[in-house]
Amino acid sequence: MRRVLPVLVVTAAIVVIWYAASVWMNSTWTLDQAERAGETPTFGQIVADTMAQDRPLLPPPHQVAAELWELTAEKKITSKRSLVYHGWITLQATMLGFAVGAIMGIALAIGIVHSRTMDMSVMPWAIISQTVPIVAIAPMIIVLSNAVGIDGRTVPKTIISAYLSYFPVLVSMVKGLRSPDAMQLDLLRTYSASNAQTFWKLRLPASLPYFFASMKVAVAASLVGAIVGELPTGAIQGLGARMLIGSQFGEPMIMWTALFAAAILAAGLVFLVGLLERLALRLTGQGAP
Amino acid sequence: MSWILGALVFWGAAWALNAWLANSPYRGRRGTKIAVPLIFGLAVLVVWEGLVRGFGVSGVILPPPSVIWARIVLSVDILWVDFVQTFVKGALAGYLIGCAAALAVAVVIDRSPFLQQGLLPVGNFVAALPIVGIAPIMVMWFGFDWQSKAAVVVVMVFFPVLVNTVAGLAATDAMQRDLMKTYSASYVQTLVKLRLPAAMPFVFNGLKISTTLALIGAIVAEFFGSPIRGMGFRISTSVGQLALDMVWAEIAVAAVAGTAFYGVVAAVEKVVTFWHPSQRS
Repeated sequence: MRRVLPVLVVTAAIVVIWYAASVWMNSTWTLDQAERAGETPTFGQIVADTMAQDRPLLPPPHQVAAELWELTAEKKITSKRSLVYHGWITLQATMLGFAVGAIMGIALAIGIVHSRTMDMSVMPWAIISQTVPIVAIAPMIIVLSNAVGIDGRTVPKTIISAYLSYFPVLVSMVKGLRSPDAMQLDLLRTYSASNAQTFWKLRLPASLPYFFASMKVAVAASLVGAIVGELPTGAIQGLGARMLIGSQFGEPMIMWTALFAAAILAAGLVFLVGLLERLALRLTGQGAP
Repeated sequence: MSWILGALVFWGAAWALNAWLANSPYRGRRGTKIAVPLIFGLAVLVVWEGLVRGFGVSGVILPPPSVIWARIVLSVDILWVDFVQTFVKGALAGYLIGCAAALAVAVVIDRSPFLQQGLLPVGNFVAALPIVGIAPIMVMWFGFDWQSKAAVVVVMVFFPVLVNTVAGLAATDAMQRDLMKTYSASYVQTLVKLRLPAAMPFVFNGLKISTTLALIGAIVAEFFGSPIRGMGFRISTSVGQLALDMVWAEIAVAAVAGTAFYGVVAAVEKVVTFWHPSQRS
């Protein structure tokens, strides 16, 4: 309770500020309308109007929540407006990209740990690759994969989210695979263990905590990748596409609900990875008692 | 055929040279540490050029590096205008505002344990969310020009810097704080002379993560509307015209700008946190 209270207070404060801001930002429109009608609304009327506009600059929390509920729980999943449907499209690309990225990261890390040449030549470029804004490449990846004859957007989205998610995995796995100290490595040498045995019995289990720490970052990054992959070339399915459509048609509610759906998806994924982490660490005997 | 063979031979030779360098007695030298990745990068470029020319890949799919370079040289003025619009006005302005705000907020909430316990979980949570999603909202609020891009960047860099700074301000141990107390140092003195310097490695961690986020935010926001200049704008329109050499030229500029940005922050970190073990070896 002691740790929950401050979080609750802060969250409540954010909601209050949000309400105040939406009254302030939406009131311009209300006053404008009233002036045209030749009325002078009272403060109470202004507040009431700002709470329920069709195209608010900043929709108040309950309006977003109501819209979110309508688009997820009350719409049929097959409906083109259902956020569950769009979220599912995005989630597919996210999971594919996440899997590809994680495998790539682990493979590169294994190579780097075992080959000094690879360590010296590839590692600096892996770092540089992350300073390249991948979103700049996104439109081109989509065109490229179309030119090579791949239909649909799943493949380009997967590439983008894999590109964003491999790096945290790579860095943590290099750290993790190198985390056994000299004493432990020496012990395995006295057992005359082969390189492969050292890898499977010592290095890999030792890297598990690092692996899961990076998974949380990677899954969030690959969701960003999937959303960004939906932006540039007019996709019509997926949460990113909803944001773009909302932006182009001037429908703030679509943008806000897509944003919150993406946030909820991200939170769910991170939470899931956290659960897996606890489970895996307990199974390997490394978890907190 | 000769292009492909040449490229493969060059690749093999470069890898052999790197393998030799990496296992030679010179491997600890600074020059070697820089040369090895450079040779690797050069080999990738040569293989790219060789394969594209050898297989006759159309320029609409993948132009060779030499063509891209020619395009960069030809359109320096366009690239410069885009660079100023996206990087200097959008990313850099937003980065400076966002980082300054995060540092200020971190110092303020550091005074209140209650706020710390409340804001840290919220901040950590928000830092994991896909914040790029606010880009269309910011474009709606601040218009098409660079202000909306800077606003996206401000929000994107705010939370990583905030979370890291708060963690950094807690990094001094009781002994050090007690020492300051025996000097009868005031709150401000303790903050400036002990806690802020001690927090710097953490702060720079956040600042370095934010450099990439800043560029991503600025470019993504341009997909939602921008004036007729800017890297994101140029890339999406050039893709439409199948002018892939221009796209790659912009990507090259973005890559150099991103790397340089990161490099500058890392260089400042080296100067500021010279005392930290990770900088001394």
